[in-house]
Amino acid sequence: MTAVLEVRDLRTEFNTRAGVIRAVDDVSFTLKRGEILGLVGESGSGKSVTGFSLLGLVDPPGRITGGSIRLNGTELVGLPQSELRARRGKEIAMIFQDPIATLNPLLTIRKQMMMALEAHQHMTTKAAETRCIEVLQRVGIPDPAARIKAYPHEFSGGMRQRVAIAIALLHDPAVIVADEPTTALDVSIQAQILHEMRSLAAETGTAMIWISHDLATVSSLAKRLLVMYAGKVVEEGATGTVLRDPRHPYTRGLITSLPAIAKPGEDLLQIPGTTPSFLSLPPGCPFAPRCESAEASCDKMPETAQSDERMWRCHYPLGLSGPDPRGAQQ
Amino acid sequence: MLGFVIQRLLQAAVVMAVMSAVVFVGVYAIGNPIEIIIPPEATQEIREATIKRFGLDLPLWEQYFIFVTNLLQGDFGRSFIYNVPVLELIAGRLPATLELVLISVVTATLLGVGLGVYAGYRPESWIARGIMAVSVLGFSVPSFWVGLILILIFAVNLGWLPAGGRGEVVSFLGVEWSFLTPDGLSHIFLPALNLAFFKLAMMIRLARAGTREIMLTDTIKFARAAGIPERQILTQHLLKLISIPIITVFGLELGSTLAFAVVTETIFSWPGVGKLIIDSITVLDRPVMVAYLILTALLFVLINLTVDLVFALIDPRIRARGA
Repeated sequence: MTAVLEVRDLRTEFNTRAGVIRAVDDVSFTLKRGEILGLVGESGSGKSVTGFSLLGLVDPPGRITGGSIRLNGTELVGLPQSELRARRGKEIAMIFQDPIATLNPLLTIRKQMMMALEAHQHMTTKAAETRCIEVLQRVGIPDPAARIKAYPHEFSGGMRQRVAIAIALLHDPAVIVADEPTTALDVSIQAQILHEMRSLAAETGTAMIWISHDLATVSSLAKRLLVMYAGKVVEEGATGTVLRDPRHPYTRGLITSLPAIAKPGEDLLQIPGTTPSFLSLPPGCPFAPRCESAEASCDKMPETAQSDERMWRCHYPLGLSGPDPRGAQQ
Repeated sequence: MLGFVIQRLLQAAVVMAVMSAVVFVGVYAIGNPIEIIIPPEATQEIREATIKRFGLDLPLWEQYFIFVTNLLQGDFGRSFIYNVPVLELIAGRLPATLELVLISVVTATLLGVGLGVYAGYRPESWIARGIMAVSVLGFSVPSFWVGLILILIFAVNLGWLPAGGRGEVVSFLGVEWSFLTPDGLSHIFLPALNLAFFKLAMMIRLARAGTREIMLTDTIKFARAAGIPERQILTQHLLKLISIPIITVFGLELGSTLAFAVVTETIFSWPGVGKLIIDSITVLDRPVMVAYLILTALLFVLINLTVDLVFALIDPRIRARGA
């Protein structure tokens, strides 16, 4: 399988009056055709900004200050907006959390789909409409030929999100960035959409980056996981391996705070403290102040360690004997 | 949609009924017009005959009943002072006000929305800062002062434009208009500019605030993520999404300016209805005052109705609620 998206040392910064915020800090990953990559982390970990950076849609004062994004072999960092626009929606698309907020309430589904279609392709109205109906059908909208004339408020939340997904799928993009697309939906609808997204990815070969704070959802969908904390990737690996045997204490914290892990009636485990402000990050590992394993050496940012298709950034990784004395005791 | 219209029309009828009573009682409870109509040395007979002729001896409710009956037949009564039908009097003055107000409000809206959208779209640019500085001026400088300064600069010092009057008029559809002749246009320019200044400032602020808010929403982000060109995002998404408050304010401004353009009309000696009502108030010409207020209420009701219908045309959710 070939890589459709290669991100190397991506850095996105916001120049604010209070100082420079590095919301995405040296993020690297590779996405293969049809692969689903889960991007997890708490709110404010930089995962959404990473998604927006990939499309070149970071709102000012934010901008990409370094690194490389190669989409289908083309370098996106440094491309002019017009070139980026020509690729957005066509080669890389994005869907968002709240379908009520993403679709324009004043325009029919047809109008919104036609606009997205005509942004990249000149075709007759009839052909365009046929294409829209076909994609709506594919995402599971019943009677799409009639429903296409409806307005967003005439759809249920789940159906609206399907419409948004259909718009993202119009041009069969190589990559879809999905920013918490099921968070606003009912649990039962969530499961349906997850199931359909998985089969769509498999059918069309579209790769997906599934951004979520919800480890449970992501792990049911993604083959690989990327765990972000304070703008940095702290751990990456195959989903099953990471969940079973996390290396980074933050990953372990996320896993143990899952409700399914806790015994009924007992308090949920939580990671002490809160996500640090980007303006006052500790000098070394940003997780150190909340970490049980932190030692004096955590004042320096750990280097990336790699083995067997997985990587982590921690001086005292879990589950390994060796430099970490605690690891040996466990 | 039809149900929506009927419901709105019924509401409008209730508002008009209440307004007619309030205006009638309010106006007829103040002052005694007899003292102004007849000379002080008139005899008691003349005095009583005059009171009888105008129906001022009848109880208030009976006067109101006669008034409403006449009103429903389109008869607003005769002016005490000019002794012509009130409607004729107002209709003769209305075109002057209408053209002045329409030109200034429409121009201010189109220009204000354009500038405001730009200022909201590129808030950091120098042009945007300049636009906002102008809008602060428009808000804070009183209209009468701007009018006087405009006359001072353009009429007195530079001598480019006339200081007052309607100039040459031309008859179109049986009504006399200034804006159809070059001379009339030169006369309408300064008062229209004076009226438009404040509204321009308001529209700029409104459009800018709407633009800044909408541009940060997921709707715009999603449209951009789909690769839709910026021009289309602005015309198809943004303008529609910010239009509701702009149309609301446009309607209110149109109504209130039509009814109360009096300061500008006075400064530029523009013979519109604003001047008529001020003159009528000073001489207690009750029929003119009452008719004017009733017509103003009717105007607002009609404008609000139109605005509601336009909302329903723009926003399908409102249509759905009204059906």
